[in-house]
Amino acid sequence: MLRKGLILAAFGLAFVAGPAFASAGPKEPRQASWSFEGPFGKFDQAQVQRGYKVYREVCAACHSMSLLSFRNLGQKSGPFYDDKYPNPNDNPYVKSIAKDYQVNDIDSETGDVVQRTATSADTFPSPFANEAAARASNGGALPPDLSVMIKARPQGAQYVYSILTGYQAPPAGLEVPPNQYYNPYMPGDVSAFYKGKGHVPVGGFIAMAPPLETDKVTFDDGTKSTVDQQAKDVVAFLAWASEPKQTERKQFGVAAMIYLLIFAGLLWVSYRRIWRNVAH
Amino acid sequence: MSGHSSYEPKTGIERWLDTRLPIVRFGADLLDFPTPKNLNYWWTFGGILAMCLGIQIVTGIVLAMHYVPHVDYAFNSVERIMRDVNFGWLVRYMHANGASMFFIAVYIHMFRGLYYGSYKAPREILWILGCVIYLLMMATAFMGYVLPWGQMSFHGAVVITNLFGALPIVGESITTWLWGGFAVDNATLNRFFSLHFLLPFMIAGVVILHIWALHVPGNNNPTGVNVKSKEDTVPFHPYYTVKDGFAISLFLLMFATFVFFQPNALGDAVNYVPANPLVTPAHIVPEWYFLPFYAILRAVPDKLMGVLLMFGAIAMLFVLPWLDTSKVRSMRYRPTAKLYFGLFVLACLILGYCGGRLPDDPVIPGISTFQLLDADLNSMVWLSRVATAYYFGYFVVILPILGLTETPLPQPESISAPVLSHPANAPAGAAASPEKRG
Repeated sequence: MLRKGLILAAFGLAFVAGPAFASAGPKEPRQASWSFEGPFGKFDQAQVQRGYKVYREVCAACHSMSLLSFRNLGQKSGPFYDDKYPNPNDNPYVKSIAKDYQVNDIDSETGDVVQRTATSADTFPSPFANEAAARASNGGALPPDLSVMIKARPQGAQYVYSILTGYQAPPAGLEVPPNQYYNPYMPGDVSAFYKGKGHVPVGGFIAMAPPLETDKVTFDDGTKSTVDQQAKDVVAFLAWASEPKQTERKQFGVAAMIYLLIFAGLLWVSYRRIWRNVAH
Repeated sequence: MSGHSSYEPKTGIERWLDTRLPIVRFGADLLDFPTPKNLNYWWTFGGILAMCLGIQIVTGIVLAMHYVPHVDYAFNSVERIMRDVNFGWLVRYMHANGASMFFIAVYIHMFRGLYYGSYKAPREILWILGCVIYLLMMATAFMGYVLPWGQMSFHGAVVITNLFGALPIVGESITTWLWGGFAVDNATLNRFFSLHFLLPFMIAGVVILHIWALHVPGNNNPTGVNVKSKEDTVPFHPYYTVKDGFAISLFLLMFATFVFFQPNALGDAVNYVPANPLVTPAHIVPEWYFLPFYAILRAVPDKLMGVLLMFGAIAMLFVLPWLDTSKVRSMRYRPTAKLYFGLFVLACLILGYCGGRLPDDPVIPGISTFQLLDADLNSMVWLSRVATAYYFGYFVVILPILGLTETPLPQPESISAPVLSHPANAPAGAAASPEKRG
């Protein structure tokens, strides 16, 4: 009894301390629900298409997505996938999207740098030639590449959604430095800029101006273009881009689990049968 | 291997082969190996570990076909595997989560050995070979984690390789030699890839020695009592192939849950940010399986002492067979030792917990007690110190003294004895022999 009590008490001591971490950090991300959550979750194709439009018309002005190619847009579970075109390079949407872009190439006759129309095999062109150019245009800050963004932050989807919708006027007494914006969901420490009374506000400064506004993007399917809708849709697109094989993975996983359960059941029955005459 | 062989070559070819290379006999003897019939599910982790090693080697070889060990391409090549290689996501997630599964299994396997006294005579070499495998596993896992060249890969490599810099006089030269330059850079990544490919095969080699050393004295068992007669054993096949197979299928179910539905839950999100030597992540934390040692390292204010203590924590395992003075193998018959063992497991869990937190984080939130030496008493660093003291105390004080002072419970006469008169259908202690000590 004493032994059990001791062990339980020590466990209690170790785990009671859990929530302390949150006290000083940024605000906990807002919790939205996503169609791609859970073991049976799938991407909502219409939403990912809208999200691509938000990315293309808003985010792409500053953020690269260098790991994505136009062909990815037409692959299975991608925003423009179509049963009729199992090879995404044949997909007319993909082709016409690629055609909108000009990319650098080398003229094989002269060796000069030339511009040509992009093909489905090309990666998304980056908005800046290099890091220095990106920083120069953004007040010294570097807009991060968004290819794997949802995997690269804890609670990625909720975090990006919270940042995009979480901008608010700085609390009284907080001096926001030039070219910076206050966001309670951004990790950071604003205590050096706080002259007010009481607790230092949670969150931090972000160099990105609030990127979304009502009706900034016109959705082709007639969905009302609110900031919240734009944020959700672009997060769905980024979640797909971070892990384009997510749906395939989960579907494969369900089949694998069923297979393993049956396999385990058969082995259990065999085990009982083989051991039935052995006292152990 | 021990015992006589019951293999009878039946065909002409088998007889011909048997006098030249008795490989069929070798396999038949392995399958026929007499195994105590009372092994519980804690004994299935040996088979599970063999499977883990197999999975890591097979998936690793496929990954190596697509991975590019270069600072400019490593990160993108891993993402390319996930996006463009057929089932690359499956292979890579199996490999990444497989490392965690491997450590879950090895820790259970080691705690099982500690509890049932599997390190005691005549199994000291078997135990030490296991410790060598564990060390090689840690080196392999550490170098593997560096390969995707994310932020945590890079900065983890910087922190761990810098530990050798704490050694007096030779420290700096050793660090430079490990790096292949004056910083963690392309040369470091390349050699880590090379060694990460080599070490698993060394592990496989030591595993063969480990199984050889197992087959000389035979398995320990939950009673810790030696096998006395044929009554006590069953042939390994089919009895334990089917039991291990069942346990492996359950383990795979857990493995699959991570691979398919939570593939990144055991990793750090920061490692999906490409390595940048100029930006240090807010918290550098190793993978979960290294956290207890990380906590021991940080519990000591002096860097060199911290490093020595961290390696000492593993060295303890190597000398354990000569630290434990008790002649009773299984803690089933050592009630006091059982209590201390429970606290030892708890100390390891607490160390793991502390390793994942900042040293100054309070243990009980919102309370600050008083400053003791360099930190508040209510801080992770002091909790780590208490747990570290217990970790070492368990090996160098408790086990040596306890074996001489405790009064163990009576052990059964043989493995079959408690089985045939199970407590459920016999009066308590009926089958037990009088106390046997020393």
